[in-house]
Amino acid sequence: MKRWHGGLTLLLALAMGMAGTSRAWAGEIRIGVAGPMSGSSAAFGEQLWRGAQLAAKDINAQGGINGNQIRLIQGDDVCEPKQALAVANRLVDSDRVQAVIGHFCSSSTMPATEVYDEAGILGITPASTNPKVTERGLQYIFRTCGRDDQQGVAGAEFVVKRLKAQRVAVIHDKDTYGQGLADAMKAHLRTLGGKEVIYEGLTRGEKDFNALVTKLKGLRVDAVYFGGLHGEAGPLVRQMREQGLDAPLIAGDGIVSEEFVVAAGGPRYVKGVYMTFGADPRKIPEGKRVVDAFRAAGYEPEGYTLYSYATLQAIAAAIKATGSTEGTGLAQWLHDNEVQTVMGPKSWDAKGDLKGSSYVMYGWTEDGKYAEVQ
Amino acid sequence: MDLHIIGQQAVNGLILGSIYGLIAVGYTMVYGIIGMINFAHGEIYMVSAYLTAIFLALLTAFGLQSLPVVLFLTLLLTMAFTALYGWTVERLAYRPLRGSTRLAPWISAIGISLVLQNYVRISQGARNQGIPVLLEGKFRLQAAAGTVQITHVQVVIVLVALASMAVLTWIMHHTSLGRCCRATQQDRRMAELLGVDSGRIIATVFALGAAMAGVAGVLVTLNYGSFDFYIGFVTGIKAFTAAVLGGIGSLPGAMLGGVVLGLAESLFSGFVNTDYKDVFAFAILVLVLIWRPSGLLGRPEVEKV
Repeated sequence: MKRWHGGLTLLLALAMGMAGTSRAWAGEIRIGVAGPMSGSSAAFGEQLWRGAQLAAKDINAQGGINGNQIRLIQGDDVCEPKQALAVANRLVDSDRVQAVIGHFCSSSTMPATEVYDEAGILGITPASTNPKVTERGLQYIFRTCGRDDQQGVAGAEFVVKRLKAQRVAVIHDKDTYGQGLADAMKAHLRTLGGKEVIYEGLTRGEKDFNALVTKLKGLRVDAVYFGGLHGEAGPLVRQMREQGLDAPLIAGDGIVSEEFVVAAGGPRYVKGVYMTFGADPRKIPEGKRVVDAFRAAGYEPEGYTLYSYATLQAIAAAIKATGSTEGTGLAQWLHDNEVQTVMGPKSWDAKGDLKGSSYVMYGWTEDGKYAEVQ
Repeated sequence: MDLHIIGQQAVNGLILGSIYGLIAVGYTMVYGIIGMINFAHGEIYMVSAYLTAIFLALLTAFGLQSLPVVLFLTLLLTMAFTALYGWTVERLAYRPLRGSTRLAPWISAIGISLVLQNYVRISQGARNQGIPVLLEGKFRLQAAAGTVQITHVQVVIVLVALASMAVLTWIMHHTSLGRCCRATQQDRRMAELLGVDSGRIIATVFALGAAMAGVAGVLVTLNYGSFDFYIGFVTGIKAFTAAVLGGIGSLPGAMLGGVVLGLAESLFSGFVNTDYKDVFAFAILVLVLIWRPSGLLGRPEVEKV
């Protein structure tokens, strides 16, 4: 008898839950924010969430989209492709979102966006830079960041022309993002007439890269390019410095977080580390009010925070203009129109890539901050 | 190939191996006594990294200035607390299921490891955590065309690993606790008939194994400086591999397995390819198990009639 009661309660709860869902439909636009909210890349998930949250608050305060309030729903993919797929299905099937901001890691974005595309839901990633994200002919997928084939080029140019490095090591983390970036850098390095002295992958989640560092030292490299995230970049640069290898480390946007300094074991180790990232969104005049709002709330809008804010602005603009949340119309509108965002005006090409995105080189300094390399 | 590079890679491997070995001891002790794998062991090591940072901060806040004293107290406190964690894991995941099927405690231990991981994630945050650099300085050895360097922390790692192994081996062979452990290992029911409280012995073994993971946690945190709630997984798997390689159930085997694994990874990574170092390490494991199914130092299981 007891078991039967339990079942009944569950049924009731389910029924009430559904009632809640259907009631929520009127006057509310549900937008998923998916990324690594936990796990070793959680700092980036927080950037996406914070950015979207403030954007939603600002838009809602101005009366929402055509009178409908935005409601954000969080999805945590831990930067794991399997988890990303589960989150994507949950957002589509049970949360019934009408658009998605996300994901972060390219390896998660790729499988997840297929789910959104199949469901006809607009999906815009603020951060996944792997070229393949927009190269698969998916109709509803966009991004508000650059591509690794642009980022890798910027990295290679810097290594060859600015650092004048002769013996370049190219290291990656065997992940879609990291290896893709390293490959793009390597390809451009070769067109510039250089050649890497070593090209190898380390294992994500490990902390001991001493064997690799000794090898790099033995090869007398004068620059190390790393495609990966801060969780591995930190220990790598620390062990390089500990073993007395002072070559600069150049990475991509996977280390754009002050957490990189913690992972490296302190600001003293991050000197001589460079990274490519879009022109600092915090310095774009359109974004000043938003940056001030973040800082007033005690949060530094670093990395992808403003990208996420801009992504929600783009979604809101498209919904507002088309008067619907139907994916085909939204996608068509974004292809044809320009959106005013906190990061300046943005428009997209036929694939869903940004028109005119530019990468800038940043250098980490001894006080644990990053600044543009002049 | 330059001699100093080979030397440096051997040092790298030795240090990595000592860390694996220290954690492997926990796996091997539990297996030796109750014939089961403690899947939550890697997470206990992860917890110990957090405990290290907490105790370092606390002791410094209490005004302790002398670095050796702070480090020593941190080590003792971390060992005590991880031992408590180990004891709790036994209480929650193993004892209630003693006498049930062999698989049940495995599953409950995996459950405990998920609980620990997420408990730390929620209570401490998912971000990387770090401690400031406390011990600096290194020894340089001249070798042919270059130098082999080993930092003071790394020397401490090797020394502490050796010392802990010696103490543990002494406990096992020369104390009444050790005798009871070995008796329980050989025949639990007979030991009970002779007055050994096997429940207490098993709990003690879990606590001892966890304390060793605590030692590893302190040393690793001093060496690498940063950690997150997820470090227990990869390291736990590697340490488990080391225990199997050395012969699960054998204390010196765990240490030997750790060092062999560490050296294999380091040398392969250094002279062949970093991408496939794990493949190489596991290939060695497979080869060893083909010819010596009970590991390098393990004794073949005697069929009890």
